[in-house]
Amino acid sequence: MGAQRQKLLILYLASSALDTPVVAWSIYDGTGRTRAMAADSDEPPYKTGLHALQDGWRLIQLSQLIPPYPGEEFTVSYQRYECVFEKLELVSESRDD
Amino acid sequence: MTDRSLRLSTREMATFVARGFLRFDGLVPPELNQRFLAAYGERELPAIPAGTPADKAWPEASPLAELYALPRLAGIIQSLVGPGCLFDHHFLHRRGAERAPSQHIHQDSTIDPRLHFDVQLMYFPQPVSRTMGGTYFVPGSHFRKVNEASISRYQNILGTQHVVCGAGTVFALHMGVWHGGGHNRSGERRLMYKLRLNPTVRQRRLWNTDDIPEEIAAPQPIFSPEHPFDKDDIQTILCTPERWFEIDTGRLEYLNRIKLWRFLLGDDSFDAHYWLTRLENKPA
Repeated sequence: MGAQRQKLLILYLASSALDTPVVAWSIYDGTGRTRAMAADSDEPPYKTGLHALQDGWRLIQLSQLIPPYPGEEFTVSYQRYECVFEKLELVSESRDD
Repeated sequence: MTDRSLRLSTREMATFVARGFLRFDGLVPPELNQRFLAAYGERELPAIPAGTPADKAWPEASPLAELYALPRLAGIIQSLVGPGCLFDHHFLHRRGAERAPSQHIHQDSTIDPRLHFDVQLMYFPQPVSRTMGGTYFVPGSHFRKVNEASISRYQNILGTQHVVCGAGTVFALHMGVWHGGGHNRSGERRLMYKLRLNPTVRQRRLWNTDDIPEEIAAPQPIFSPEHPFDKDDIQTILCTPERWFEIDTGRLEYLNRIKLWRFLLGDDSFDAHYWLTRLENKPA
C-alpha cells in the first residue's frame, strides 16, 4: 500500500456560485509527478467549479463573502472567488525531498 | 516638444486606460536593434541614478540615446508621462538558454494607490517566438491593488498575453500591470529591455487630442438592441471587460477606468455608459 499525497486545484470563478465559469487556475501536485508553473496553459482545466466537483475533486475551501470596507467600495484587488479543491493520490513510496 | 501627429490618438489612450498596455510592432529599426544587441547583449547596462531627467540620462551617441530619441517612441512617452519625465530604472532581462522556468506573476514595485502613473517600456531587440517564453502579462490588471509577489499563487489567468513578436517591438505598460517572464523552452537566450519613467507634469491631455470626438461624453441608451454600443467608441472601450474579470468586480473596473479617464481628460463630468453618474446622483 503506497502513501497518499495531496494534489491541489485552485479555481477562481466569475462569481461566488460554483457553477459559474473559471477565470483563473493553479495546480500544485504533492505527488511530484507534474510540475505546473506560471502561465503554462491558456484554457482552464474545467469550465466551472461544479465540473471539478463532478470529476472527483473535493472542495476544501471557498473564499468568504466579505463586505467592502467603508471608503474602499470601488477598490479592486485579489481574485475574488477562490475555490481550493483536493484529490488524494497514491504514491508508490515516500519521498524524502 | 514632440510632433503631435506622433503622439497617441485618443482611442489609443483610452485603450491604454482600459487595458493597461499598448503594443508597437517594429517600432525600433533593424540597425538599431543590432547596435543595441552588440552594445549590451553581453555587457551590463550603464548605471544611471534614479530620478535623472530622462533626456539627459543616456551616454552620448549610445544605442540607448538613439532609442530614446526615436520620434515615435518620444511621442508615446510624451503622451503617457509628458515632457521632462524622469528615469526611474532600467534592466535587461535575460531568460537563459537553459530552458528557464517561468517567473511567478507579480506587479512591479509595491502597492501604489496613485491615479498618476509611471510607464514601463518593454523593448524586444530580437524576434521572440512562443517557445522563447516572451514576457506574459494580464491585460486590464493595472487597477488591482496588490503587493508585488503576493499574487504569485495565480498560475494562469484567462486572457493572459504572451509576447510573441518581431525584433524592435515595444510595449508600453501601466506600472500596475501583472506580468512575469515566460517559460523559455527554446534553448535560445531571450532579452527584454525594460525602462521605467516617472512623470513630472500633471498627466492631463498629453496625447494628440485633436481627434477627441465631440460626442465623447454624450449619454447613450443602455440595453437597447436598436442602439448597440460601437466598439470603437471611447465609452465602449472603457466598458469592455477582460475575459478574466469577475462578473461583479468587472463593473468596478469600469468605474476605475472612468475615474482615470476623467483625470487624464481634466473633466470630472465625463462618464461612460452612466456608471458614475448613477452613483453620484444625490439630490438634496
